[in-house]
Parts: sequence; structure tokens; C-alpha cells
Amino acid sequence: MDQYTLNLLVVGASFALYIGIAIWARAGSTAEFYAAGQGVPPVMNGMATAADWMSAASFISMAGIIALAPAGGYAQSSFLMGWTGGYVLLALLLAPYLRKFGKFTVPEFVGDRFYSKGARLVAVICLIVISVTYVIGQMRGVGVTFARFLEVSTDMGLYIGASIVFIYAVFGGMKGITYTQVAQYCVLIVAYTIPAIFISLQITGNFLPQLGLLGGYAPTGGDVSFLSKLDQVVVELGFTQYTADTTSMLNMVFFTMSLMIGTAGLPHVIIRFFTVPKVADARWSAGWALVFIALLYTVAPAVGSMARLNITTTFWPNAVEGNALDGEALSLEEINTNPELAWINTWVNTGLLAFEDKNGDGMIQYYNDADPEMQAIAAERGWEGNELTRIDNDMMVLANPEIAKLPGWVIALVAAGGLAAALSTAAGLLLAISSAVSHDLIKGSINPNISEKGELLAARISMGFAILLATWLGLNPPGFAAQVVALAFGLAAATIFPVLMMGIFSKRVNKEGAIVGMLVGLFTTAIYIFLYLGWFFIPGTATLANTPDNWLFGISPASFGTVGAILNFASAYLVSAVTKAPPREIQELVESIRVPKGAGAATGH
Amino acid sequence: MAEEPQNNNAYWAANVRIILISLAIWATVSFGFGIILRPALSGISVGGADLGFWFAQQGSILVFLVLIFFYAWRMNKLDAEHGVEE
Repeated sequence: MDQYTLNLLVVGASFALYIGIAIWARAGSTAEFYAAGQGVPPVMNGMATAADWMSAASFISMAGIIALAPAGGYAQSSFLMGWTGGYVLLALLLAPYLRKFGKFTVPEFVGDRFYSKGARLVAVICLIVISVTYVIGQMRGVGVTFARFLEVSTDMGLYIGASIVFIYAVFGGMKGITYTQVAQYCVLIVAYTIPAIFISLQITGNFLPQLGLLGGYAPTGGDVSFLSKLDQVVVELGFTQYTADTTSMLNMVFFTMSLMIGTAGLPHVIIRFFTVPKVADARWSAGWALVFIALLYTVAPAVGSMARLNITTTFWPNAVEGNALDGEALSLEEINTNPELAWINTWVNTGLLAFEDKNGDGMIQYYNDADPEMQAIAAERGWEGNELTRIDNDMMVLANPEIAKLPGWVIALVAAGGLAAALSTAAGLLLAISSAVSHDLIKGSINPNISEKGELLAARISMGFAILLATWLGLNPPGFAAQVVALAFGLAAATIFPVLMMGIFSKRVNKEGAIVGMLVGLFTTAIYIFLYLGWFFIPGTATLANTPDNWLFGISPASFGTVGAILNFASAYLVSAVTKAPPREIQELVESIRVPKGAGAATGH
Repeated sequence: MAEEPQNNNAYWAANVRIILISLAIWATVSFGFGIILRPALSGISVGGADLGFWFAQQGSILVFLVLIFFYAWRMNKLDAEHGVEE
């Protein structure tokens, strides 16, 4: 059976499973549509949260983002700490109290706690901006993954993915999404782990990638540690040392903090904690979510760095035993004739890998041609620039099964895993958007007397529209997906996280404070990002060049969420201090969400 | 009941104390060991890497895990002590 048929079969089987689950888990009430009837056991909710959280970017790109970073692998640790540390904040500061509050959406809490429809509306706007910007990247991810494995166009892939999400999200709501996400987590973690174990065995002789990262380099007997081998090889070729320190500690701290509080402020993650039966379950559930996330996140840096060393030594065979430059580079003849290296041409065909024999010597020299020392060596040896012209970040995960010579079904499983990661995150985001529209806008403002049945229908229709909008945006993405994601995290950090935290931990912050705080966080962060990345991401409209010299105190646009959050907290406290304290019943509401007793089943009102 | 608010205040104060201790550990392993103190800890090696590198890429995540489960366990106990569990 050829690879294409195998991919079709495995991906098709996974889709059949999701649709089967959707039929079994239809939502019959708004409580089921918004919060899966609050009957999801904590371990299962942890799994669903992990799938909800881990997107196509985590699954396919993160290992490469870390391993291939020009500034070295260590400097990218912000992603690892930031995207996991946020769960500590969720577990300690938000999830249990929001579960106790027992309503369905994030804006609903903001509206009730700050006794203001205006505050609820501002929260809805923040939520929609965050979730819509985030969903664009996911829809692209679905299209790209389809295109890569199933030989359809990216647009066609997007249509197929959107239809699948449509089926289970519109009918199943949160209930359908939750149980599909559990299945999707299982698919994606198996798909990620199997190739990881094999590459770890190959490079370090240790079957646990987490220990392999700290282990010895197996091809030379394991006396030299893997990381020092990697450092030595990349430095020899003119690249930055893998474990090199960051050039800006302040920016790294701010960026990590932005990702942490951004994670804790993402509405589609927060609403997952509304689905568990009890307050205690919300705490456990955050722990389980992190267990399932850590299974991938502790493996990612190991897989990425091992794959990088593997590819580097493939192109410099002498680097395995000694110094890369003491031997010759990999020859074109070898690439075309050695069956062990057939994967190189396979991935060149996908466009993720590219080489060009610039000096026509029949060999492919891979080095950093921006490095002055390497330029001197190159001139001496007659090289005319780096000839391995492209190694895409996604290669580090996608090509591993073939490099490790794993059977075809593992490759097919990686395809299904990538799609599971993208679809599960898209579905979670779409639910956050549609519940904000049907519950906060329609039921909360436009038509408070809408019947339960009417609201459920409204929720399904808004879900349908949200999917159409997301599909359209996926087909016509504004700017680069990566910049758009920076905005989503920055805004979540600067708006949602502070307002929720103040709502729980302060009895004094009032309506005026909350609204001003959210607006200050929203505008300062959005403006700072637009200044450097283009107004509304329209190319060519950036006011300032996006370089560290131009940044305020060296803080990059992606790190500015932390500053936005500080400004939000400060202005909210300041405004609250000079305006009237919240009414007595609000102070009692805060008292009541602080104790678990008496949560019971959640109600719409 | 008149005692209830007082009990709840004591419960909340205990909760906030546990949160602050947990957050101090959270910040120490990530921002501390993983970033700011990395140069100072560079002498301590963990299998080919330095301690700061390990905390940044592996250790902090493991500590986060332990922290959340500790908090969940400790709070369940506190809930029971103050009789505010569900």
C-alpha cells in the first residue's frame, strides 16, 4: 500500500471516530451546549483542555521554532515555560472561583461581578478579538496539514476541515467538542511520542526523550554529552551555540510572563473549567491538563534539538565522529543514490527542505554564511554561500518518522495527529466565540426573554456563522499568522486575565475601574503591537521598524502583554479608589465565589 | 450564623497564604533559575547542560506540575478543615 493511501485511511478513520463521537454526544440543552452539562470528570477535562490548548503550532512547529532559532535553542525556552506556567495561574487564581461562580461564559462573570452591561460588552469585544485572531492560525494549520499529507490544495483542505468541525461543533456544542477533544488528544500524543522515542534511541540511546536530552551522544559511544556535541557542531558551522544565553534577559522575562498570563486569560481555555462537576475538580483538572500538556512540551525541545543534530550530521558526515569541516560535505550523488537518504528528496518535493549546489562542486555545504569566520573559510574553500537553503521549522517533527525509517503507518499517524491538534483548538475557539454571541450578546443584551430552546438554536446558528467567518479568514489571512497570535496573547494578558483576577481577589475594584482597566490594557497593547507590526497588520503601515533598538526599554511587541496587564491593574485600582465602592450584594458575591461550598449545578441565571 | 463570615475570612486568608507561597516557587523556578539566575548557576551541570538550561526547558514544567497537584491536595484539606467543601 502506498503512503498516500495509508494517510487517507488513517486520517479517514480518525475523522469517522470524531463524527461518531459527535452523534453520540449531541447537546440537548444550553447547559450541555455551553458547558457539557457540567458533568465532565477532571481527568477527561484535563485531556480535552490539553487538546484544546495544543494547536497545530504546538504539534508541528514548536520543536522547530526552538531547535532552529537563530538565537539558539535556550533563548526560545520562553515558549516552554510560558505555555505551561500559565496553568499554575489558572489553577491558583482563576479556575476554581470561576467554576464556583457557575455561569457559562467569561463576559458573563465580568458583567455580574462588575454589575455592568458595559463591562460585559467590553469583555465580549476583547474575547472576540482574541479568539478570532487565534482561530485564523488554526484554520490555516488545518489547510496546510491537509495539503501536505493528502495532496489537496490548502484551500480545499480548509473546506474539508471546516466541514468536520461544523458537524461536531454545531450539533454537539461543548459536549461534542469535549469528547472529540479527548479522542483527538489520544491521537496527537501517540503520533508525537512514537517518532520521538525512536529518534531519542538513535541519537542518545535513551528511549525517554526527556532523559535523552541530558544523555550522551550515542553514535560515538555516549562519552560526549548530547548537548555539548550539538553545541560543538553548530558553533563549528558558524551558528549560535544551542545553549547560548539570551541577549536580553529583561525581554525574555517579559515575554515569558506575557505567555503565562496570556495563557491564563485565553477564554477558550478558561471555559473548559466550567465543565467539571465541582470546585475541587477544577483544581485537579488544571493539574491533569498540565500532565497531558507536559507529555508533549517536555518532549518537544528534545525532539527538536535531536532532529537538528541529526540533519546537520547528515550533511556533514564527518561531524558524527570528529569535526564537520575536517571532512567533505554530503555529495549530490549520495543524496540521489543512497536509499537511507531518500527522505531528503521527499521533503524537497514538499518545499520544506531546499538545497542548491551554488558553486557546482557536487556537494551541499550547509553553514551560516552570515558569520564572518565562516565567510573566510568559505572563500578559502571556494564555497559560494550556504547551500542548504531552507529547513522549515515543521521539518523537525514531520520528517522524523522517515529519517528514523519508521513504517508508513507512523507517518500517517503524524498526519492525523497534526490535524487533530489543529481541529481541536479551532473547535474550542469557535465555541468561545459562539457562546459569547448567543449567551452574552443575544441572551444578555438583545433579547433577555429568549427561551431555552431559542437560545440553543441561536447558539447553533452563531456557531455556524463563526465557522464561516473563520473559514473565510483562513482563506484570506490578514498579515502573518505568527504576528496575529502575538496579538491574541498580548490582549488576553492585558485584558481578560487582570479583570478576572481583580474580580476575584479584590472587593474594592468597581465597575468604573474594571472598564477603564480593560480599555487601557486593550488599547496600549494593540497600539504598541500595531506600531511595530503594521496597523491592523496591513503590510507596510508600521510606524517604527521592528528592531530591538526601537523598542521601548527593549521590550518586543510580543512581550508587551505584561506591560499592558500592569497598566490595566494600575488604572483599575486608581479609578476604583476615587469612585464609589461596589454595592453590598457584589461584595457578598465575591465572598461566595471564594468558598467552594454551595456551588451545585450551574444555571443560566 | 454569626461565625460563618469569620470562618470564611480565616479560610480565605489561609488560601491566599498558600497561593503566595506557591507563586513564589513558581517564579523562582521559571524566572529565577530558568532566566535571571542562569548565569550564576552555570557552574552546576546537569547531564551536559547547566542547571538554568534544564530548568528553562524541563525542570520548571515538572515543578509547575507538582505545584498544581500540591495546591489541589492542600486546598481540599483546607476546605475540609473549615467545613466549606462541597
